[in-house]
Amino acid sequence: MPTTRRKPAAVLAATACIALFASACTGQSDTSTQNDDASKDTTITFWHGWSTPSEVAAIQADVAAFQKAHPNIHVKVVGDINDDKINQALRAGGSNSPDVVSSFTTNNVGKFCSSNAFVDLAPFLKKDGIDPAKTFPKTMNEYTQFQGKRCALPLLGDSYALYYNKDAFKAAGIDGPPTTWSEFEADAKLLTKPKGDSYEQLGFMPDYHAYETTTEHYLAQWSPTYFDASGASNIAKDPAFEKGLAFQKQLVDGLGGFAKLEKYRTSFGEEYGATNPFNTGQVAMAMDGEWRLGMALAGKPKFDIGVAPLPVPDDQKATHGKGYLTGTIAGIAATSKKQNAAWELVKFLTTDTDAVVNFANAIHNVPSTFAALSSPKLQADPRFKTFLDIAQNPNSTTTPASVNGGQYLVSLQNLGYDIESGKQTDIKAGLAKTAQEIDAAIAQAK
Amino acid sequence: MSTTYTLRAKHRRSALRTLAFLSPWLIGFCVFFAYPLISTVYFSFTHYDGFGAATFDGLTNWSYVFGEYPLFWPALRNTLWLVIVMVACRVVFGLGVGMLITKIKTGVGVFRTLFYLPYLAPPVAATLGFVFLLNPGTGPVNSLLGDLGIPAPDWFTDPSWSKPALTLLAVWGVGDLMVIFMAALLDVPTEQYEAAELDGASPWQRFRYVTLPNISPIVMFAVVTGVIQAMQSYTQPLVAAKVASGNMGNSGQQFEPGYPDKSTLTLPQLVYNLGFQRFDYGSACVVALVLFALSMAFTALLMKRRGGLVQAGE
Repeated sequence: MPTTRRKPAAVLAATACIALFASACTGQSDTSTQNDDASKDTTITFWHGWSTPSEVAAIQADVAAFQKAHPNIHVKVVGDINDDKINQALRAGGSNSPDVVSSFTTNNVGKFCSSNAFVDLAPFLKKDGIDPAKTFPKTMNEYTQFQGKRCALPLLGDSYALYYNKDAFKAAGIDGPPTTWSEFEADAKLLTKPKGDSYEQLGFMPDYHAYETTTEHYLAQWSPTYFDASGASNIAKDPAFEKGLAFQKQLVDGLGGFAKLEKYRTSFGEEYGATNPFNTGQVAMAMDGEWRLGMALAGKPKFDIGVAPLPVPDDQKATHGKGYLTGTIAGIAATSKKQNAAWELVKFLTTDTDAVVNFANAIHNVPSTFAALSSPKLQADPRFKTFLDIAQNPNSTTTPASVNGGQYLVSLQNLGYDIESGKQTDIKAGLAKTAQEIDAAIAQAK
Repeated sequence: MSTTYTLRAKHRRSALRTLAFLSPWLIGFCVFFAYPLISTVYFSFTHYDGFGAATFDGLTNWSYVFGEYPLFWPALRNTLWLVIVMVACRVVFGLGVGMLITKIKTGVGVFRTLFYLPYLAPPVAATLGFVFLLNPGTGPVNSLLGDLGIPAPDWFTDPSWSKPALTLLAVWGVGDLMVIFMAALLDVPTEQYEAAELDGASPWQRFRYVTLPNISPIVMFAVVTGVIQAMQSYTQPLVAAKVASGNMGNSGQQFEPGYPDKSTLTLPQLVYNLGFQRFDYGSACVVALVLFALSMAFTALLMKRRGGLVQAGE
């Protein structure tokens, strides 16, 4: 049976290493090709992650507007791209690899910048006299650079707020949305209607696996500092983390316990479909991004939707109105041979006020430039204005860029799972161990 | 002198001819086995993120994977669990179904088709189907169990039940083994059964002393290929974890496999996670080598046991 013995070796080693060698031979950053003439007839490839028909139509319209303004630059658009594909293409290069790349994962900017996968945009910005500090809001500027190197620009932003079912609130005798976590907890319990060993309606689904209810979205309300000045993980030192994780666990226990909630969670429909649990009335409150409003309204819900900033800790009441910010970013692939033409598209998509406003209106995202945020063309439903205010709130925070992308958030999220399920009862000890894990992973990536 | 020269030339020609005949295999061996294996070993000692050149990094990747990478040991334990339990269940169930179908007098074709069909289902579709069927909140299986008054597990959302749920999925798709076992069972000489019956052997004794020794090479084949298959578990646990966790990884959130509580994490998932998501190729190569060493060890152990089994049967 010698062939059988060789099979696993051949399959495993070949899988891991042929791909590895293929990538080893390519993917070199090439900064010597920035001399392409953007005024000549050329075709560039643009990768983006939008996939729903309305989003795809909106980005196509944006690209069409660019092509009208730059008839010599033809854009080949490729949609539904995720960061795994982006990372691999940026290493592989090749004729089908992208020139302009957009990504939903701001957490990966550190990886894109530190590995030189995206080119440094500073020379392009300087050439066109664009000052990012005067063009984009502070938080968006933060999540598009790493250690002073700007390799991306914001292409619409996302802010997180509280969606609530106004009819359910009225039925429960609650006057308005909660502003502190204590009020939130009380409201969530009032809004919860048990049914057998499950729920007819749950006030709020607190589990970290409940779509947008992630650790970083919760923790932003405690304004945490993820890394100290030396770049080491700060999660064991900043009390915001312990308080945030402890509150979530308290919420989980108070609303029925982890096992019961997880079982109820499995009855939820698709996050981006009409069967989202907030749309169906399975939950009365949801932590979600601004895009949900358009999606929820499109489903013609049977209740009135309210939007408010997420609650804050009781001792930070003055900061109510803040929230977590993230967004889509756009950059130029280092493997691109048409970087000047690519820059024209990046510049148009990210800084042309009409382009930004039209795109924001079409997909219900937060505009990412000061000019667009104050544009009279912005169709701001009073509820959508809540997200615009959160985006401009000086207390709003984002998660910092790191050399290994969002790996530190994954480690923290894993700790969150252990805490909410009761596997880890000592939050302080868990944070200390996770901080070590984060530091080790960062050291490994350097 | 001339005789010696002629003999040498003859040997050389013979050696060249042998090499020429062997060359297709030799080329394949070098390209698909030796070169990737040597490279994997080499890269396991380097720091390489896909950009620039790999730099020698000593034992850093090895100490990171074994000492600091929190997913390695859970993934190793899960992979070993799947190798032992899943393979055993598949072989026993495949053999059982094969034996039952060989005994059926009418409608054999229908049953054979019914049991073989699931094997043809694409792994992703099959897993999606199982996650739907075993959904603790809305799945028909739990509804049925509830109606019967049987406490229903939470399957893919409970760390103690996620691997048994994956095993059920693997057992459901056991059609390939069933066909192989049926062919082997039909090859067992009927005279041996007749002789055993005349000697008063019970059904269990007939199975133990007639059937099993006759089909032992096939059982061994099923176990060895099953071990290799279990070692490479990737798609089903990953899809089950993604769907059950509600995180399809399409909103910019990073998905780390293993839901719930790292219970569906396997070593091949780590190779992908480290190599193609974290771009830590060195550490990915370490995990790939661990997987390779385990495959070799399991196969060697089984081949050694096979010697004993065949002798016992003979």
